Amino acid sequence: MTLYALCFALFLVGLYGLLTKRDLIKIILSSGIMGYACNLMLVLFGYRRGGVYPILERGREAGPMVDPLPQALVLTSIVIELGVTALLAALAIRLFQKYRTYDITKIRRLSG
Amino acid sequence: MILPYFIVIPLLAAFLIPLVSRRRDTGAVVLSLAAVSSLLVLAGLAFSGLGGETLVYRMSAWKLPIGIPLVLDALSALMLIMVGLIALTSLVFSVRYIRRLGRDWRYYALFMILVTGMNGVIITGDLFNLFVFMEIALFAALALVAFGGRAHEFEASFKYAVMASISSSLILLGIAVVYGATSMLGLATIAQSLADKSPLLVLWTGGLFMAGFGVKTAAMPFHAWLPDAHSSAPSPISAMLSGVLIKTLGIYVLIRLFYNVLGAPPLFLDIFLGLGAVSILLGNLLAIGQWDLKRLLAYSSIGQVGYILLGMGLGTPLGMAGAVFHMINHAVFKSLLFYNAGALETALGTRDLRQMGNVTRLLPITSGTSMIASLSISGIPPFNGFFSKLMIIIAAVQAGQSVLALVAVVGSLVSMAAYLKVQRYGLRGGRPVEKLVGEVDVAMKAAMVILAVLCLATSLLVVPAVREATLDPVVKVIMDKTQYALTVLGK
Amino acid sequence: MTDKPAGMTLIIKTVCRLLVGLILLYGIYIILHGHLSPGGGFGGGVVLALGLLAVLLAYGREETLKWLRLGLLKDLEHASPLVFLLIGLAGTAWGGAFLANILSKGRLFALLSSGLILPLNVVIGLKVGLSLFLVVLAMAEFDLDKGAEE
Repeated sequence: MTLYALCFALFLVGLYGLLTKRDLIKIILSSGIMGYACNLMLVLFGYRRGGVYPILERGREAGPMVDPLPQALVLTSIVIELGVTALLAALAIRLFQKYRTYDITKIRRLSG
Repeated sequence: MILPYFIVIPLLAAFLIPLVSRRRDTGAVVLSLAAVSSLLVLAGLAFSGLGGETLVYRMSAWKLPIGIPLVLDALSALMLIMVGLIALTSLVFSVRYIRRLGRDWRYYALFMILVTGMNGVIITGDLFNLFVFMEIALFAALALVAFGGRAHEFEASFKYAVMASISSSLILLGIAVVYGATSMLGLATIAQSLADKSPLLVLWTGGLFMAGFGVKTAAMPFHAWLPDAHSSAPSPISAMLSGVLIKTLGIYVLIRLFYNVLGAPPLFLDIFLGLGAVSILLGNLLAIGQWDLKRLLAYSSIGQVGYILLGMGLGTPLGMAGAVFHMINHAVFKSLLFYNAGALETALGTRDLRQMGNVTRLLPITSGTSMIASLSISGIPPFNGFFSKLMIIIAAVQAGQSVLALVAVVGSLVSMAAYLKVQRYGLRGGRPVEKLVGEVDVAMKAAMVILAVLCLATSLLVVPAVREATLDPVVKVIMDKTQYALTVLGK
Repeated sequence: MTDKPAGMTLIIKTVCRLLVGLILLYGIYIILHGHLSPGGGFGGGVVLALGLLAVLLAYGREETLKWLRLGLLKDLEHASPLVFLLIGLAGTAWGGAFLANILSKGRLFALLSSGLILPLNVVIGLKVGLSLFLVVLAMAEFDLDKGAEE
């Protein structure tokens, strides 16, 4: 239970950073932290007490394993996260080109 | 079986485009038009051939609780037609419009990926698969919002990306909770195993999904990104975003999850009602205050989404029919209005209503179609908007929610005021415009005329015979609630 | 950015030259053994991309692009998902469903086993490796001092 709570705390850390930080790069990092918390949560949900890694090898008996499906999901979600981070970083670079700053409060041409 | 082709065709086009086109965009235009029109034809065939049945396609030929199913029922077929229609007119409109930014094949490749993502969301029967397709659609949308390369476009795109990343994290958390409780990911199997789990779990997952997909829907408290993103994007993309993206990623998924998977828990229906009422009032009110034509349209989208949410929240067949009907209508007239805005921007070089004037003589088709669209969206009788709003209002009165019916009526009047403003200043102002900066070409006019005709034609959906063939099967799928699970699993 | 000397010191360049082959080989190993051990298309593709990025960092952009044909890399990157789709469509033609297995599953633990997973892993590895490399290359091309408005 503690682990789940810590996971959720990590998620909140990311959310806090996303909502309060003013630096574009810190915002990108916070969004990453939030994603990692979700991934961690997924992997935790797949844990089975006493299970080992879910790979069949030569000469190993099929025994209790942790659930492999969340790990596949996490891999996919890591790929998505990679895409999001790359996109955000590219946007941050272009924003810096246009506004000469990484400070979100100074990037305000749009209202609302 | 045609189900995987709804995803394969646009994806194939998206990756063929860079290979066939080097410096010119002709190949890209031809390929993407061919792909989207074949999608539209396929979707039409699917809808007419379905007859209220549900088609299930097992990917990789795996058996059902294990493999990923693609599910095509009346609701998804209708959504596919909507996506195909708006995508086709958007592409036709784009050809000339986007060339002022350079002859770039990347626009068409991204557009095809956007269509892939939306079709994938609509047709998949698996929760995580839905998440992945949603992200695909969002990536393409984010890149397309920033496609013009101006400072405020990057700003809007960044804001959209941050909001999208928060909501995606919430959705992923929701998926994790669902998986932790049920060890299932298929929508149908989740629906079955959630039925005998504690109501607390439904509350948790429902709350996470409501927050996550609420941001995608841009209902009122979650709307902050929409006016920027939708007004900064190139006009055909604004039409795609406002017309279909918020509906496939938002409304459609909400309907699927809350009706077909969670079985329409009353608490969440009340939340739909609340979000809908707030969105109707504030979205339309904020629209009046805007002077930028596309921002006005974007705020008005929030208000119109409110009607759909209101219809969904009532939970009666008539309300649901009104919501689905309004979803189609809004796709048609809001896309048309964004094409009008794009045509005006091309012809006059501005989006500010104060700098426009009387263009009825120089741009007869643009001003005529925008009049039709304005009348539709404000709910004037022979046009489609009137009938869908009327259905929602009658349903609200029947459900004993007369306050909400009043809210809907007031919102409709307010939105009429906003579009009177568009017509009064933007197209029929006092100062006649003498000469145009750019030309509105045949393709743009064709796209606008097609949708203007549809504004009238879709009002035929209220005729009982037509309604039985089109709206009723869709409403039946939704109102059967978790019957969906049994149909998909073949029991 | 242009006035700096291209690339890093001789030590780094030499080490990089020695290591890059091994890194790429390791990436290929992970891709090819994806159906037997941890790894697969994505992990191996990332290792491939890191190998190429090591060259990019050590030698600078110009040197690297002399060594690699950018157009070919881009075409490969666009073509690999097409191959994925074609394999999937082959499944509809002969296997009864999209991406259905049409190859023999082979013996357990043999390299050529588990049907379509191996070719799909190769295609994914190519796509991931090249995309990741091209993304970083594209970001390295941004000139922070250009394009300011106002």
